Amino acid sequence: MKKYKWLVPTLYIIFLMLPIYWLINMSFKTTTEIINTYSLWPQKFTTENYVKIFTDSTWYMGYINSITYTVFNTVISVAAALPAAYAFSRYKFLGDKHLFFWLLTNRMAPPAVFALPFFQFYSSVNLFDTHIAVALSHCLFNIPLAVWILEGFMSAVPKELDETAYVDGYSFGRFFFKIFVPTIAAGIGITMFFCFMFSWVELLLAKTLTATAAKPIAATMTRTASTSGYELGLLAAAGTLTIIPGAIVIYFVKNYIAKGFAMGRV
Amino acid sequence: MNKTINQKAWYFVIPVFVLVAFNAAIPLMTVVNYSFQETFGNNVFAWEGTRWFKQILLSERFHASLGRQFAFTFIILLIQIPLGIAIALTMPKKGWGVPVCLILMSMPLLIPWNVVGAMWNIFALPDIGFLGYTLNSVGFDYNFTQQPGDAWFTTILMDVWHWTSLVVLLSYAGLNSIQPAYYQAAEIDGASRWATFRYIELPKMKKVLTLAILLRFMDSFMIYTEPFVLTGGGPGNTTAFLSIDLVKMALGQFDLGPAAAMSLIYFFIVLLVCWVFYNLMMKNEAQS
Repeated sequence: MKKYKWLVPTLYIIFLMLPIYWLINMSFKTTTEIINTYSLWPQKFTTENYVKIFTDSTWYMGYINSITYTVFNTVISVAAALPAAYAFSRYKFLGDKHLFFWLLTNRMAPPAVFALPFFQFYSSVNLFDTHIAVALSHCLFNIPLAVWILEGFMSAVPKELDETAYVDGYSFGRFFFKIFVPTIAAGIGITMFFCFMFSWVELLLAKTLTATAAKPIAATMTRTASTSGYELGLLAAAGTLTIIPGAIVIYFVKNYIAKGFAMGRV
Repeated sequence: MNKTINQKAWYFVIPVFVLVAFNAAIPLMTVVNYSFQETFGNNVFAWEGTRWFKQILLSERFHASLGRQFAFTFIILLIQIPLGIAIALTMPKKGWGVPVCLILMSMPLLIPWNVVGAMWNIFALPDIGFLGYTLNSVGFDYNFTQQPGDAWFTTILMDVWHWTSLVVLLSYAGLNSIQPAYYQAAEIDGASRWATFRYIELPKMKKVLTLAILLRFMDSFMIYTEPFVLTGGGPGNTTAFLSIDLVKMALGQFDLGPAAAMSLIYFFIVLLVCWVFYNLMMKNEAQS
């Protein structure tokens, strides 16, 4: 039985790769070929779908918009969560447990509940259709997550580290940035990975809060699909390209993923 | 860790508190506001009391979508949790296989949700998709755009494809934290494979598994984009889960009052389940 153990993960990976392969396969076909023939690989190999995306600004601006607000969100979430997570991991204070649970409830709030009020709220403060509006709205679920993960990592660092540093004459600020942050660097990396991931894949809020100037690539895809009929080849190429940023991020954090999951709470 | 009591720690929490309150409290109050009023457009509102809540709680449409939602969440948990554990148990523990498995298995998690929906749509189309074409050519009468059973099958398969990896990664991390001494002890005692799993691995994974169930419950309960792109809630309303139904009501028909009342009931259900889980988790942590 032990001999065939590798079969389970292998079959699972094949199952995972099949739809992705199918998408890539479609992206190298012309739309006429997709609709008229069924084939396991492109009969008339074409890159025109990709050429269109890289030359048409409504398409490539979508990618730039998505990456912009995702990066904004990651930076804001981690920067705000660092001191908060430190406070939760080191101190007891009035209402700490309630505050922690309240933060978590926001991770649980269905975005569909918030879509309409968000639209009205961000319109009323003149932030509608800006990158920062999307970045701020994604804080709703990313900050609680960031605090949660970072708190796990920080709690794993013994308190003696803080105390020794103070005895050695470090001020709080110097201790925090020179000693503490480097110690939990892996945790910060994992946190950034998750913030990036959840902001990158979210569509409902991003779509509700943007019109043209900050429109995410995912929204460009759905709108194209509905306006110009089904240009399947183009859609497949755009979809394939959305996988790439994620794949790059995974490659960089691959060594941290499993460890990070174990150390932090997520 | 023994924590010091320090009320000044609140200063550290302020940025997070402000950002989240700004995002959560204000919109939530808007929803609460709508849920008790009737709107006539142009910002004219009339007090309605609890009428919308009664209407939603008694409406068959809400019962139906809530029922579909619970069925969906229950089924995907039933598949994803055991499958995730099984894959984590059989994954390589060292060597080149580890990064390969981790990278490939994380892929579905990082694909935008509407792309997941679109990808599965073209993958499952009966005439040009690999899944649909294969199923039809081996004799199944498969068409997810017309047959409710097939639509459910496809939605569940898509969710298993999309999220099982999260359970795998969490379980794998839990398994990795077990020291080899435990396994050696089990071997000396002549423990069977099942006993090793039941008495060593499962207890060690309890914490991450609770977390996996919690995350999967929350996220599957809010699922919107993937089924919306895949089936649009159809055929008919057979795959219209809570979020899809809610967005239809709020943004499609602009029934703000009932939609707001439904939002609050919806949020309350999620909160209740999560509160139970959170307390379970905290209890576990206090024990260990």
